[in-house]
Amino acid sequence: MSSAKTLLEVCDVAKEFDVSRPWLNRVLEGQDKQILKAVDGVSFTINRGETLALVGESGCGKSTVARLVCGLYTPSRGSIVFDGVDMAKVASDELRGLRKRFQMIFQDPYASLNPRWRVGKIIAEPIVSHGLATTRAELKARVGQLLTQVGLSPLDADKFPHEFSGGQRQRISIARALSSNPEFLVCDEPTSALDVSVQAQILNLMKDLQREFGLTYLFISHNLAVVSHIATRVGVMYLGRLVEIADTRRIFTRPLHPYTQMLQSAIPDLKMTGKQRTPVAGEVPNPLNPPTGCAFHPRCPHANERCRRERPNMIEHPESGQVACHAVEEGRIDIKIAA
Amino acid sequence: MTTPSVPLLQVKNLRIEFPTRRGILVAVDDISFEIAAGEVLGVVGESGAGKSLTGAAVIGLLEPPGRIAGGEIIFNGKRIDNLGFEDIRKIRGREIGAIFQDPLTSLNPLYTIGRQLTETIETHLALTHTQARTRAIELLEEVGIPAAAKRIDHYPHQFSGGMRQRVVISLALAANPKLIIADEPTTALDVSIQAQIITLLKKLGREHGTAVMLITHDMGVIAETADRVAVMYAGRIAEIGPVAEVIHHPQHPYTIGLMGAIPSVGDNHERLSQIDGSMPRLTAIPAGCAFNPRCTRVNDVANHRCTIERPSLLPAGKTRAACWLHDRLGQQSTAINQHTVTV
Repeated sequence: MSSAKTLLEVCDVAKEFDVSRPWLNRVLEGQDKQILKAVDGVSFTINRGETLALVGESGCGKSTVARLVCGLYTPSRGSIVFDGVDMAKVASDELRGLRKRFQMIFQDPYASLNPRWRVGKIIAEPIVSHGLATTRAELKARVGQLLTQVGLSPLDADKFPHEFSGGQRQRISIARALSSNPEFLVCDEPTSALDVSVQAQILNLMKDLQREFGLTYLFISHNLAVVSHIATRVGVMYLGRLVEIADTRRIFTRPLHPYTQMLQSAIPDLKMTGKQRTPVAGEVPNPLNPPTGCAFHPRCPHANERCRRERPNMIEHPESGQVACHAVEEGRIDIKIAA
Repeated sequence: MTTPSVPLLQVKNLRIEFPTRRGILVAVDDISFEIAAGEVLGVVGESGAGKSLTGAAVIGLLEPPGRIAGGEIIFNGKRIDNLGFEDIRKIRGREIGAIFQDPLTSLNPLYTIGRQLTETIETHLALTHTQARTRAIELLEEVGIPAAAKRIDHYPHQFSGGMRQRVVISLALAANPKLIIADEPTTALDVSIQAQIITLLKKLGREHGTAVMLITHDMGVIAETADRVAVMYAGRIAEIGPVAEVIHHPQHPYTIGLMGAIPSVGDNHERLSQIDGSMPRLTAIPAGCAFNPRCTRVNDVANHRCTIERPSLLPAGKTRAACWLHDRLGQQSTAINQHTVTV
């Protein structure tokens, strides 16, 4: 399955969290252990130089996938293969060599920068820890270069994070992420804490950097408009599973899965002034107690007995991408073509 | 939307200040707008633009040390910005309702939904306890809570985020107010729930004839919900006008930049248009037009006027914009329309 183009291959990855009450309470109140399946069997590949976006509503497991890919969580099941190396099986010194090839950008630029460190030290940390600079002068020059690349001034290295606005802090996070010359960036909601005009600056910057350095992005977001702008392919998640993955264009013009269709029609759109939209009924079920069969069936207008009973597997769609839906497989859905 | 002769809410030259040790910060600087009965006025702006403070000032919930330092707020023909605590309390909830961003913090976690609703109803309407409870169940049904008669005795933590926001809306509607201040009512919610809440707000506004001041940073929400929109920047109104006009034919350079910066599904622009820089801090608002350091057209106005003199709202296209480019009485009358973006 993996080819020369593939940079990251995620295969049937799952992550479970034990959210049981303390042992004593469980014994006294006769409760069972409670396991939250945050990610339940997700598979996808990312090719070099592309941007794969994962979208979904809160609690669908998209951020957990980002953390699994970065190695911040260890998967309960499945494998993550980065450039042909299985991250779970690799020796720790070799993992260190791999680590500098991918970096992460977090959502909140206020929480992800150490307030007591000067910006120069924050950006230099990965360079120092991976031994990428030999002299102090070289380090300083590299930090200055990184700051220039993200649209700040080399003089900003002597300032503290609180002296910067939200958008500028996110630029610092990006400079830090770029400092070890990574090939792959995992971006967990990098613009959702920012105002729209600043968001546009950061999205443009990310696209420019991708073109310049041939970066590959895994982009996590709940904002479909942002995703349609930045991604080459989009994966839609619902309750810990991928329900559809395809080219951005196909996802937005011909969404196949009923959940994707629902999300797409729910996007507030500037073109919609004064128009009514049909809201979708229902809410995301409790992930502690997910529905049987297809997790989306209680909200799905096309659900039948099979959907309630049997969990759908990802099937290849002739046009592009994959979708996990019995109704699509059986041809029970009229595919809406968006203009 | 027809505008009756006397608007429901008039805000005239409102100024909100925060005295600090380093001097007085002006968070809202001389803004004026009106809301007609039954109208939805959207107020958009980036964080720190002063939109939430304006809403808080209207319902008398401005937290000290913030204070109204000038101007008037006239509701239903009566001045309300100088009322005492008890007097504004009678209007708040009864005539002006409020919906806030986070539905979890707007509800008391220790009381059942029913108790919070009946308390509000009994405070404002002359009903017996049983009547109040019946009304509470009706309200919950109206905002779309299934099995309302049973759910009324549940606590806030037993509701999901979207359901809680429905409860908060029913609280705001409890006394049939004429105006609702909705401050980021959908920001904490997922996109599918957001669509449900917007539809609900629109339906209720229409059925009850309630005017809504909808404060949000999300232009998409405004586009679908509002009749008119005021765009705020650094404590001032940059542009105000009918929503379709402001979105499709913005006149102020800030609004034009803002509209271009919003990514939208289906447009295949390689880059978004961006406004360089960021909004000034309250301690360092530039002289003249607050937007002038970021404005690309600052040199199109003669005599450095943008950096010296603050523009007031001038007629521009079918909206009004605070920009000297639209000062047709002065020497400037550059056609700004060439920069109109189409979204």
